[in-house]
Amino acid sequence: MKQTETELPRVAADDPRLRDTDLRNSLITLGVLAVVLAVLPLVVNERIESILVLTLIFAIMGVGWNLMSGFGGLFSFGHAAFFGVGAYTNAYLVIEYELSPWIAMIIGAVFAAAIGTFIAFLCLRYKLAGAYFALATFAFAQMFLLLAQNLEFLNKTDGLSLPILGEESFWHMQFRQGNDWYVWIPSGLLVIALGITILYARSRPGRYVQAARDDEVAAASLGINVMRTRLVAVMLSCAVTAIAGAYYAQYYFFVGPEQAFGTHVSVQAIVPAVLGGIGTIWGPLVGALIVGPLAEYIKELLRDPPSYLEFLQGVSGLDVAVYAVLLIVIVLFMRKGIYGTLKDKITERKNQ
Amino acid sequence: MPQHANAAESTSAASPWRQQARSPLLAAGIVILALAAIYLFGNRDSGLVTQSIVSGLLLGGVYALVSIGLTLIFGVLGVVNFAHGAMLTLALYFVYALTTSAGIPVYLSTLIAVPLMFGFGFLVQRLLLNKLTTEGSHEGPLLITLGLQLLIVNTLLMVFGGRPVSVPGSVDGSLRVFGAVATYERLIAFFGALLVAALLTLLLRRTSFGMSIRSVASNAQGAALVGVNVGRVYAMTFGIGAACVAVAGGLTAPFTSLTPTVGESFTVLAFVIVVLGGLGSVVGAITGGLIIGLVQTIGALYLPGTGALLLVFVVFVLVLLFRPQGLFGVRP
Repeated sequence: MKQTETELPRVAADDPRLRDTDLRNSLITLGVLAVVLAVLPLVVNERIESILVLTLIFAIMGVGWNLMSGFGGLFSFGHAAFFGVGAYTNAYLVIEYELSPWIAMIIGAVFAAAIGTFIAFLCLRYKLAGAYFALATFAFAQMFLLLAQNLEFLNKTDGLSLPILGEESFWHMQFRQGNDWYVWIPSGLLVIALGITILYARSRPGRYVQAARDDEVAAASLGINVMRTRLVAVMLSCAVTAIAGAYYAQYYFFVGPEQAFGTHVSVQAIVPAVLGGIGTIWGPLVGALIVGPLAEYIKELLRDPPSYLEFLQGVSGLDVAVYAVLLIVIVLFMRKGIYGTLKDKITERKNQ
Repeated sequence: MPQHANAAESTSAASPWRQQARSPLLAAGIVILALAAIYLFGNRDSGLVTQSIVSGLLLGGVYALVSIGLTLIFGVLGVVNFAHGAMLTLALYFVYALTTSAGIPVYLSTLIAVPLMFGFGFLVQRLLLNKLTTEGSHEGPLLITLGLQLLIVNTLLMVFGGRPVSVPGSVDGSLRVFGAVATYERLIAFFGALLVAALLTLLLRRTSFGMSIRSVASNAQGAALVGVNVGRVYAMTFGIGAACVAVAGGLTAPFTSLTPTVGESFTVLAFVIVVLGGLGSVVGAITGGLIIGLVQTIGALYLPGTGALLLVFVVFVLVLLFRPQGLFGVRP
């Protein structure tokens, strides 16, 4: 018997196969992550907690960078500018006006978003995208570094030290050393940043900016205001990065020009996202989970090397050299990063 | 825009090496007016101003050479080499290692460092960048050069440590120019840089190899169709860019205090210069280099410490605001 005609199966509107599982899965993953992060500080010791905080700061920066550079396709080599603006605004407002860091953090984010949008507008006005844009942002970060080093009210090269209160206060974000809140706060911030990424990537402006990244002319011809959608991405990205900076200042009670605006800060925003996967939601987190502990491990190794690595005693620079090699290898051989490549592999297998 | 300016633009060829008669005159005019204003109303001793101008120009010559490498690589490969400053540092340490351990004089070491750096640049392009540049990826090469920059700086840090070192000088003494002092070492650096820049311009304009570079810069696909080996031109161009940096490194070695991060500021300075001159323009890089050199030394008369460098960024922002294509550039 042979069938001459195959009738296409009709699909009802409420068919489970048509359900939007993508959003649900992302949100479930985020929920699991939130639970894990909430429990972690209860079980690990203080030393690991400090590494965890650093990793979380890396991750928030990476998520921020990824918003404009991954989804928006606008490569920034100067995210230190926004991290630093967040850190300095927070420190300055807390010291001078005794504001709560929570409020100072938000003001810093708004301020950084405004500056970032202005810089991006200057560069994009003449379609100076690509490498030019990257170097222009880098130049602005350098400019801010010099400004911070020369401005009297930012205490020049000495930087700003935050006042230490005698008591614990959630409102002033100060706790006894080793208090679990020091981990819970950046964890919460990271979960919010990832939530923003998930929702933004699916929203109309988020889809627009990805379309403009993939083909600017085609996107514009469909009526997308490319400039405006890009500026929205930049705004979000700078705000998230500034929050990371503000928490950095708050956690270390100090911010100086190099810690805020140094080149290595921009690199720390780029590396997690590139390692994990540019333009993916979880990539920056995966990257940060590799980079943060790895950097700590290498530092530890150099402080007290085993006998066969004796020659490395007291040598500095190895940790960054390792990132550098990782960065080059990933860009050459795993264009989509670790998470991006794995994800592709899994979808491929599913489809077979 | 006035009518005659349009006419001037339409007659010149649309190559990155084209010349525009108006911009350099305008730039020269602004610079001369600014200098005159500083002499007259600057409230600084005129001898001091002359000294700053002389040092600024001498510094600018070296900046020009570094920037030529960057602009050449950009013009041909479309890659902004983020490792440019780090390559300068690498060249400086080559020279340092050769002079201190083998006892070879500085300028002779430079002659050895140049082919070494050329080879380094050639290999970097061949092994790391070639696949990505031929695919036309923007981010890929940028990230690779970022990784390279980090790798060079930190490897140097591991090998030589972070303490500043200096290369023993070979030529002592100085010359007086209009009452300003210029050491022979700086004069050699300046004229050496200009000589190399002139040779490079000749190479680009007068030789068939130069023509193949220019053809790849204006249209890589077309160049490939008429038999230019584009991959080789890419690698050679990166090599030449690295060699320029090596010359600049060797010439500045006698009066530079070496640390692994000494070149870092050069990446951004060279970028600002290239933006000021116009991306891809060799003449622009030379003009921009001299202007930025002047801005830095004259700025130092008024602003202490790193403040002078801040002025350089003010120039950068002004260029971005009012003339984003640069003095000699073509509006994208």
